[in-house]
Amino acid sequence: MSFQEVIFYLFSLALLLSASAVVVSRNTIHSALFLILTFFTTSAIWLLLEAEFLAITLILVYVGAVMVLFLFVIMMLDVNLARLKEGFIQYLPVGILVAVVMAAEMIMVVGSAKFGIQSYPLPVPKAADYSNTKELGSVLYTEYVLQFEIAAVILLVAIIAAIALTMRRRPNTKYQSPAKQVMVKKEDRLRVVKMDSE
Amino acid sequence: MLEMLISVWNWMPDALQVLFKIVAIVAPLMLAVAYTTYAERKIISYMQVRIGPNRVGPRGWLQPIADAVKLMFKEIVIPTNANRFLFLVAPILAIGPSLAAWAVIPFNDTLLLSSLDASLLYILALTSVGVYGVIIAGWASNSKYAMMGALRSAAQIVAYEIAMGFALVGVLMAAGSLNLHDIVMGQSGGVGSWYIWPLLPLFFVYFISGVAETNRAPFDVAEGESEIVAGFHVEYSGMAFAVFFLAEYANIILIAALTAILFLGGWLSPLQGFGVLSGTSLEFLTQPSIAWFLIKTSFFVFVFLWLRATFPRYRYDQIMRLGWKVFIPVTIIWLFVEAIMFLMKVGPWSISVAL
Repeated sequence: MSFQEVIFYLFSLALLLSASAVVVSRNTIHSALFLILTFFTTSAIWLLLEAEFLAITLILVYVGAVMVLFLFVIMMLDVNLARLKEGFIQYLPVGILVAVVMAAEMIMVVGSAKFGIQSYPLPVPKAADYSNTKELGSVLYTEYVLQFEIAAVILLVAIIAAIALTMRRRPNTKYQSPAKQVMVKKEDRLRVVKMDSE
Repeated sequence: MLEMLISVWNWMPDALQVLFKIVAIVAPLMLAVAYTTYAERKIISYMQVRIGPNRVGPRGWLQPIADAVKLMFKEIVIPTNANRFLFLVAPILAIGPSLAAWAVIPFNDTLLLSSLDASLLYILALTSVGVYGVIIAGWASNSKYAMMGALRSAAQIVAYEIAMGFALVGVLMAAGSLNLHDIVMGQSGGVGSWYIWPLLPLFFVYFISGVAETNRAPFDVAEGESEIVAGFHVEYSGMAFAVFFLAEYANIILIAALTAILFLGGWLSPLQGFGVLSGTSLEFLTQPSIAWFLIKTSFFVFVFLWLRATFPRYRYDQIMRLGWKVFIPVTIIWLFVEAIMFLMKVGPWSISVAL
């Protein structure tokens, strides 16, 4: 086994273990942290595939931003896991059935018969000065520009929808307007009263 | 003697060589961190007409060493009902990214650990990972003060990271590369060709976001003493606290170094291309050198301390307003300006990129 293979199996093992720990773990914070570990190991495997740009972007977007907000929310929740896990045994047979069906479907659609290692030629390693950032950009903004922009618009719609759904108008809340605060002059606040000295 | 050392170096396996290179970066960095704390206390005390630490060693020079020794021998108290594992892992998560980011910092033309092609992205990714140390510390301490500090810090870092990312997009548009080495080389030609001039608004946004990102004054509400004692590290003592401290100062030096690299031409000389000096004894001033990089970095570290001595702490809603409603629009507008100038081939933007 070459050194690369050792690293690959090490990270794959860590990936599978942490991914299952996300589901199994009793504590929601632990689950979220295991999810972060999953992202990290995935990114390491992508680095082994020499997809540096994607690997770093995965860390930047998912670990650096999405999971921070996730943790932020989870930390403030008071989740009672005992109640959530009620009736676990009762629903177990149905759950197993669904899982088996899904696994079978996935094997049929993306199994090794169609996407196995033997059905593709070995990729040719690129030279050391090859920049996959540039390569990705040149395809993304020419050939796939329409799909790219549609994705952007969908995201924008999602952002606006999320804000619109959660925004509550509370007329009684008092807000401070920094612009007004900055514009305040001495005359607006201060009144000098002349009094006779006694 | 030198040849023997070189032959020993060549004989060593690659992994050992890399290890030595890492030590050669981290050891001076840790020393710099220790003396940044000393510099902070001295500079702020002079600004406030005090003397500052002056008891340990000549003029207080041994103060950071004494502090380190004191912290090392203190007990690490773990609060009851704290999550023991996460409590101890949190400081490591805080310092890990801030040290790992130094792997791609170029000190001069040849002196860098790894010339990663997407190094700017790598830096951005690692600085954003550093927030986990803070969040996990706050949660694992099982303390309300720590929790409040962690929440404040998380919201603040996420907000300012976006502005920071946009500012970096401006730099990468100007340089046409994500590689820090290429970004510096794109600024060669003296003080006039540095990116600070065409990207002036982005420079300010980047540096101020950097101050906010490192939780430094005036954005240090994550550890606001007057409200939440010491914020996320209120339950930490001894070396566990010291590691948070090291991470904060390593981050300060990192942000200062990055500002120098991205906007002030890194190791390049400001006098480069000044024909007046050639042939005179001052010609060495026009040469690129690591000294320029260190001078620029030290200046920005000084600005960090200067800000702390000058400004009162921001109100929290004002911090959020500045991040979301001021910085992000400013950066977006400047990116548009830059893109239009780029297309019209106006000004310094049109010269750099050869795709």
